[in-house]
Amino acid sequence: MKKLLILSTALTTVSFAVQADEVAVMSWGGAYTTSQVEAYHKPFTAETGITVVSIDADNPATPIKAQVEAGNVTVDVVDLEYPDAVRMCDEGLLEPIDPAILSAAPDGTSAVDDFLPGAITDCAVTTIVFSTVFAYDTTKFAVAPTKIADFFDLEKFPGKRGLRKSAKANLEMALMADGVAAADVYAMLETPEGLDRAFAMLDKVKADTVWWDAGAQPPQLLADGEVAMTTAYNGRIFAAAVSEGKPFATVWDGQVYEYDLFAIPKGAPNMENAKKFITFATSTQALADQAKWISYGPARKSSGPLVGLYQDGKTEMAAYMPTTAANLTNALGSSYEFWVDRDTELNERFNAWLSAN
Amino acid sequence: MADMSASNSSVQDVPEGGLKTADGRPLKAALATAQARSRRRAFLLVAPLLIFIIVTFILPIGQMLKQSVHNDGFSANMPRTTAWFDANPYGVDHGEAAFEALVLDIRDAAEAKSIGVVGTRVNYEISGTRSLFTSTGRRAKTIEPPYKEAMTALDPRWNDPDLWGTMRQVSRDYSPNFFLAALDLTRDNDGNIERVPEDRRVYVDLFVKTFLLAGLITFTCFVLGFPVAFLLARLPMKTSSLLMILVLLPFWTSLLVRTTSWMVLLQQQGVVNNLLVWMGVIGDDGRIQMIYNQTGTIIAMTHILLPFMILPLYSVMRPIPQTYVRAARSLGATSWTAFRRVYLPQTLPGIGAGSLLVFILAVGYYITPALVGGASGQLISNLIAFHMQDSLNWSMASALASLLLGAVLILYWIYDRLVGIDNLKLG
Repeated sequence: MKKLLILSTALTTVSFAVQADEVAVMSWGGAYTTSQVEAYHKPFTAETGITVVSIDADNPATPIKAQVEAGNVTVDVVDLEYPDAVRMCDEGLLEPIDPAILSAAPDGTSAVDDFLPGAITDCAVTTIVFSTVFAYDTTKFAVAPTKIADFFDLEKFPGKRGLRKSAKANLEMALMADGVAAADVYAMLETPEGLDRAFAMLDKVKADTVWWDAGAQPPQLLADGEVAMTTAYNGRIFAAAVSEGKPFATVWDGQVYEYDLFAIPKGAPNMENAKKFITFATSTQALADQAKWISYGPARKSSGPLVGLYQDGKTEMAAYMPTTAANLTNALGSSYEFWVDRDTELNERFNAWLSAN
Repeated sequence: MADMSASNSSVQDVPEGGLKTADGRPLKAALATAQARSRRRAFLLVAPLLIFIIVTFILPIGQMLKQSVHNDGFSANMPRTTAWFDANPYGVDHGEAAFEALVLDIRDAAEAKSIGVVGTRVNYEISGTRSLFTSTGRRAKTIEPPYKEAMTALDPRWNDPDLWGTMRQVSRDYSPNFFLAALDLTRDNDGNIERVPEDRRVYVDLFVKTFLLAGLITFTCFVLGFPVAFLLARLPMKTSSLLMILVLLPFWTSLLVRTTSWMVLLQQQGVVNNLLVWMGVIGDDGRIQMIYNQTGTIIAMTHILLPFMILPLYSVMRPIPQTYVRAARSLGATSWTAFRRVYLPQTLPGIGAGSLLVFILAVGYYITPALVGGASGQLISNLIAFHMQDSLNWSMASALASLLLGAVLILYWIYDRLVGIDNLKLG
């Protein structure tokens, strides 16, 4: 089956063979690709004359893996999630990227210092940051919740809660609510005491929690009045609050953020163009421009002040970005290493905890 | 057919030397060619379906079964260590020779970028070891003999007997470990089977719960579906076709639409609760939690699976002549006895088919429990999905799925012994 898949991928991609002064970029489609075309592709072509061919895939990691294994790579730059980027790099499917090719910030700060911690990996460079935050219905509370601890405080903030039905992000948020500094969370979670503390915090809201599974559920639960407060992906809450005018507010304290990255598949046909493109797309200005089109944060600290208005022309995007300095005061970068090492064990424990009454 | 009629005509007179066709060939041979030709044609006609079934069903299931016991992620990339385990039985202490094999293997694997694969395999058994392998792989070039001391200094976990016991187990390409894990069991360092710690026992309970819930859903489907099918079978064709649309319309509606409409109906701020509050049955603060728990799962799944019960029942009930029951009544049976002794036994094939269909579908249901199940309505399929999509431990997912498949086959066998599979009528 795998051979068949590789063969069919190889056959279908032959016709896409990329010309010399082009660069083929594979991404996720939808509003996300639109934001990349507007912020990266068009300005890049205008500046360098290199045509950008945009290709969509459900999860670009899958076709790239098949292409590299078949030895017929037609894509030069690929947009990956963090776990896939690290795993594919470990398996030798991606070209290493030298951080020296990345441009420095306008004030001269080197790229390595300008990017968020962990945003530059051996084979991939982060473009945007998305985040798991908690959001609430502003009509339900006289005093607004401001801290992650408020989420777990049913006395001060009564009402149902919504949490994702998985261990990831819940355990981190529970520990931060218990007063653990973001920097110590993963070290703490590696100890049995730390885990017990996290589950003890979750115990406080367990009886009043609605568990969600799909990313579209939390805004719906809030809109239906099923929950008063819920964890959610920040982009979903932004869409409901700004585009649909719902009375939802986001609390950034205790947010757990994750990265999306650009990488170069091993054996990419236009290697030089791919590197030029990545240098351009991860520059301070390009990252800031993308934020105009989608509520995901730029991965560079220096891009923050340059973020302007949403495409509706009146919403200041900065307040809705996971990476805005004010939103980063108590924030945690999700640790890929930790979850790849432990997700089976922790999800077994989480499920045992869920079904125990 | 031309051959056949020709041979028929020659049956009239029996010449010497056996029967011959009109053109003088022996009848036996002519028949054999004709039959072979029609067999070939029949085979060619079913060939597309056969190929389709083999490619889309038999091969994947076979692959799944294999994957549940076979994983060569360790042995393929760690040949020296695997050889050391082969040469030294259980109980031999891992000395310098073992460490040398380990370090050289890790060095090669890091070079070949396959260290992540090795770490992932060991990590399925001991959490936290993937990063141990990858981080050691990054420094493997700098490790000098004596290897045992160097490795222990690098990370004391390398001298952990648990790690070595596990590496020995995963160095076998075929191992029962995934099936053991799927039954909340594990092997200790001497290869003895024991139960996992209590706070990690999930699968057995979930299997039991899945089968109990599926049984309950089958039962409610039967209780709700039998009268409906009976009514449909008794009404004149014209009316019953009209009513049948009511059964089929939801059947043709997207599964997700039906699941989400149950959310709208049953949630605490939903239609049913609003109605109850408006009628004064419950107070505004006493709204009932009917969804995001086991109740929600049972209600939504019963509704979704109901047509699978009604349709086979209907197709069995329709041809049952009403005269049988009337005859029983005229011979003195009460209406209950006539139903129980005469009518019900005739519907058994439909009950069997409907129950089997509903039960097997319910056991593997995924999206509905995921969306409306909440904490208590999770089924085993949700954990299979977790291992497929999140932990990427496909061997574990395969083992769980194989167990599910095995359990269903056993039930099917029991059904066959009790009711008989030829008594099954699927409509």
